[in-house]
Amino acid sequence: MIGDLNSREPEGSIEDRWTHHRFDMKLVAPHNRRRFDVIIVGSGLAGASAAATLGEQGYNVRIFTYHDSPRRAHSIAAQGGINAAKNYKGDGDSIERLFYDTIKGGDFRSRESNVYRLAELSVDIIDQCVAQGVPFAREYGGLLDNRSFGGAQVSRTFYARGQTGQQLLLGAYQQMMHQVHLGTVKLHTRSEMLDLVVRDGRAVGIVVRDMVTGQVTSHSAHAVVLCTGGYGNVFYLSTNAKFSNATAIWRAHRRGALFANPCYTQIHPTCIPASDEFQSKLTLMSESLRNDGRIWVPTDPEDRRPPDQIPEPDRDYYLERKYPAFGNLVPRDVASRNAKVVVDQGRGVGPLRNGVYLDFSGASRRLGEGTIRERYGNLFDMYERITDEDPYRGPMRIYPAVHYTMGGLWVDYQLMSNVPGLFVLGEANFSDHGANRLGASALMQGLADGYFIISYTLANYLAGLLGEPTVPSDDPAFADAERSVGDTVARLLSINGTRSVDHYHRELGKIMWDHCGMARNRSGLEKALSEIPALREEFWKDVRVLGGPALNQSLEKAARVADFFELAELMVRDALHREESAGGHFREESQTEDGEALRDDEHFAYVGAWEWTGKGNEPALHREPLEFEYVKLTQRSYK
Amino acid sequence: MDLTLHVWRQAGPDEPGRMATYVDEARDISPDMSFLEMLDIVNERLIAKGEDPIAFEHDCREGICGSCGMMINGQAHGPQKGTATCQLHMRKFADGDELFIEPWRARAFPVLRDLIVDRQAFDRIIEAGGYITAPTGAAPDANLILVPKEAADAAMDAAACIGCGACVAACPNSAAQLFTAAKIQHLNLLPQGQAERYTRTKAMVDTMEEFFGSCTNHAECQEACPKEISIDFIAYMNRDYVKAQIKNRKLTGQAAS
Repeated sequence: MIGDLNSREPEGSIEDRWTHHRFDMKLVAPHNRRRFDVIIVGSGLAGASAAATLGEQGYNVRIFTYHDSPRRAHSIAAQGGINAAKNYKGDGDSIERLFYDTIKGGDFRSRESNVYRLAELSVDIIDQCVAQGVPFAREYGGLLDNRSFGGAQVSRTFYARGQTGQQLLLGAYQQMMHQVHLGTVKLHTRSEMLDLVVRDGRAVGIVVRDMVTGQVTSHSAHAVVLCTGGYGNVFYLSTNAKFSNATAIWRAHRRGALFANPCYTQIHPTCIPASDEFQSKLTLMSESLRNDGRIWVPTDPEDRRPPDQIPEPDRDYYLERKYPAFGNLVPRDVASRNAKVVVDQGRGVGPLRNGVYLDFSGASRRLGEGTIRERYGNLFDMYERITDEDPYRGPMRIYPAVHYTMGGLWVDYQLMSNVPGLFVLGEANFSDHGANRLGASALMQGLADGYFIISYTLANYLAGLLGEPTVPSDDPAFADAERSVGDTVARLLSINGTRSVDHYHRELGKIMWDHCGMARNRSGLEKALSEIPALREEFWKDVRVLGGPALNQSLEKAARVADFFELAELMVRDALHREESAGGHFREESQTEDGEALRDDEHFAYVGAWEWTGKGNEPALHREPLEFEYVKLTQRSYK
Repeated sequence: MDLTLHVWRQAGPDEPGRMATYVDEARDISPDMSFLEMLDIVNERLIAKGEDPIAFEHDCREGICGSCGMMINGQAHGPQKGTATCQLHMRKFADGDELFIEPWRARAFPVLRDLIVDRQAFDRIIEAGGYITAPTGAAPDANLILVPKEAADAAMDAAACIGCGACVAACPNSAAQLFTAAKIQHLNLLPQGQAERYTRTKAMVDTMEEFFGSCTNHAECQEACPKEISIDFIAYMNRDYVKAQIKNRKLTGQAAS
C-alpha cells in the first residue's frame, strides 16, 4: 500500500466548512470566464446542471453525450424522489439529521465534510428546481408535498409522481438548452468519449468518437468534468439503461485517475424478478412503494397457495418482524439482504420462486384504491405491462437487482480527482454515499455537484491558469490518444470471431453476480479473479463485431464491454481486500450473529483508491483514512 | 411463437433502404419477452449467420428515456395503447403473426440507419424557449411559490412527454404540435412560467413550423402517445399563440395576463 491521500477538507466546525471554504477559494472574474474552455462529458443530472450553471456564468462550455439528445441520460429513469432537509413537515428533520442519516446509511464509509455539504445544499436544490418549473407534487393549498424513503424516520422526499428523475433532468436539460441557444454551451450529441488526454500531469482534453460517422477527434480544454454515471452494467443484468457504461471513467483511470471503492455496489430491493434467460435488463419499482406496501413471504416453504389464500398467521412480514422501528423502510442493503435470506431458505414466491411479495391490499383498504392509484399509478401500470399481472388485484413480486454503484473515481473535497484539471461529479465519483446510498439521494448528489459545487471549485482551479492557452489538439499527447482509440476500434473490427458481444457481456455478468454480488466470500472472489481474465482473453480472440466504423451498435458495445472486463477485475480485487462487511459490500466471513453487516473499523475505516499500474500489473492501493468527529462510529441498527 | 418479420434496412443516411424479411430468425419467441428482447434475439441470430444486426434505438427499456420507437404494422410503438415499444410485450401478438417494422417516417426525422432516426429538431424547439429563465443560485424558498394542486397536476400531465417522436410519426402531416404543446403548457400552466409565457409560445411554435408539418386535427398523435398526452394541450397552445400576437411584451410594453 502506498501513502495516504489528501482529501483537502477544510478545517473548523462542520457547519461552517463549506461557507468558509467558498470564501477561501479563488474566483474568476466575469469578464475572464469566456477565456476558459471547459469540457463536460455526460448530460445527466450532474452534467446538464453543471453545463447550465457554468454556461450562465460565462465559461465556454462544450458538453458531450452519446445519446441523440441530452434528455435521454439515465437520470431520467429515477422514479421515487429527491431528499432535502427542508423540514416542511415539521417532523424533526434538519441538515444535521440528513447528514446523520446519510453517514449512518452509508455504514460509516463516507467523508463527513462532503456529506454535511450535501445535506446543506439539499435545500437549495429544491428552491432551484421549483424556480425552473419542475412540477413537484403539491398539497391542495399549493405547498410542496413530501413522502418517506428508506433509512429515514422523517418525510423529506420531494417527488413528481413516479417520475422525479425525469422532471429534474428535464429541468436541468431545459436550463442547459437555454445556454445552448445563447451560445455559451456547445452541444455534441452521439459523441462518445473514448480517452482522456493528460499532459504534464494535467487533464487537458478528451478524444471522442462520432458514433454516426465513426470519426475520431480531439478536443482541448482547460478542464474536463466527467459526469458519466455508474458502472452497474458490469453485471449485465441491472436496472441501469442498456447504454450506461464505465468507459469514460475507466479511460480516465487508465490515464492516472484513482478508482475508489469499486466494490461498493447497491443492490436495490424492489425490482421485478427475472423471468427468463433472454431478459435484457431488470426493471426497478420505486422504493417509495415501501411506504405503503408490506413485504412478506409464506412462513412455510412448502406453502404453494396463491397469496390471497394464505391467511395472516401463515405469512411472515419479515422486515416488520426483525426491524420494528423502521419496518419495511429499512435501508436498501438491509432490505435486499433479507430478501436473499428468505429466498435462499426456499420461501421465494412466483413461478421461479425467486421473489417476495410486496402487498398493497392493506393500504388499499385503508386509503382507497384511488389514493394508491394517484401515488403509484404509473409504477403499477409498468408492473402490469411487464408481468401481465394486475397489482391492484394481488401483491407484486419483487427481488433485488443491481441498481447503483457507490464507488467511482476518487475526488477530493473540491470534486477534483488526483489528476489536476479532471473533475468528477454525480454517480461517477465515489464521494458521498459511503458503502450504501439512501433512496432519493442520488438525484440530490448529482444536482448538488452540478448546480452548487463545481462552479466554485472549478473557478478555484482555473484561476491559476489565467492567461494560459489550451494545449493545441494536434499536440503529440492528443495524437497518441487518438491513435490508441483508433487501434482499439480497428482491433475489435478485425477479430471476426464466433460469439457476439452480448454473449461475453452476459457471461461476465454471471461471474460478477455469482461471486461479487449480494454476498461475497474469499473463495468465490478468488474464483472470479481467475475466471474473468480467462473470459477476457477469449473475448479478445473470439468476439464477433460485424460491420464498419460508421454507426455500429455492436462496436460501441464491444468497446464498453472490453472496459467492463478490466473494471470487473478491479471490483473483485477490492472486494477481496476489504475483509469486512460494510453497507452493500457483504463479506460472508464478517457478519453479526443476526446476519447483519459487521464492519471492521480498526482495519478498514478508509477509502480504498486504486491506481492503474499498467496492463497485466496488479493495481496499487492508496488509502484515505476516514475520521468521524461528528457521528459516532456504531454498529448500524434499524430495530 | 413463430413470427415473420419485415424490417426496414438502410445502411446509412444517404443509402437506399428496403424491407428485409426474416422468418428463421424470428422463431421460438417467448410471449413474455419484450418487443426489443425479441429484436435482440433476432440480432443474435443474424450475428451468428454473419449478417449485420438491425440497428434500433433503445436505452432505459422502462418507457421513460424516449429513445426507442418504431412503426409496428403501421402503428407508432405498436398496438398497445399508452405503451412505448420497450414496454410492449410479445404476448400482445399471436403465433404466426406477420409484423412490419419501420422507422419513424417524417421529413424532420431523417433515417440514420435501419430503424434509427435523427430527432434533433425536437432539441431545437426546446432551445427556442422551452425553459424558465432561472439562473442557478437566485431562487427564492420553494414554498414561497404556491402552485394549486390542479395546476401542478395538469403541468405534470404535460411534462410527462418523453420526446420519443411517436406523435410526429403517427401524424399524416408529420406535425409536432403535441410535443411542442406539451412542453409549452407544462411551463405556461405554472406560476413560475408566466413571465415568459407569450415569448416562449411564439418562439417555440415558430421554430416548430421550421421543421414540421401543420396540424389538421387528426388526433392521431394522442392515440400514439405512450404517455397518453391529451390534444387539449394543443388547443391551449393555439390559444396562447394567438394571444402572443398581441400580448408580447416586447411589442406592447404591457404586462401579460
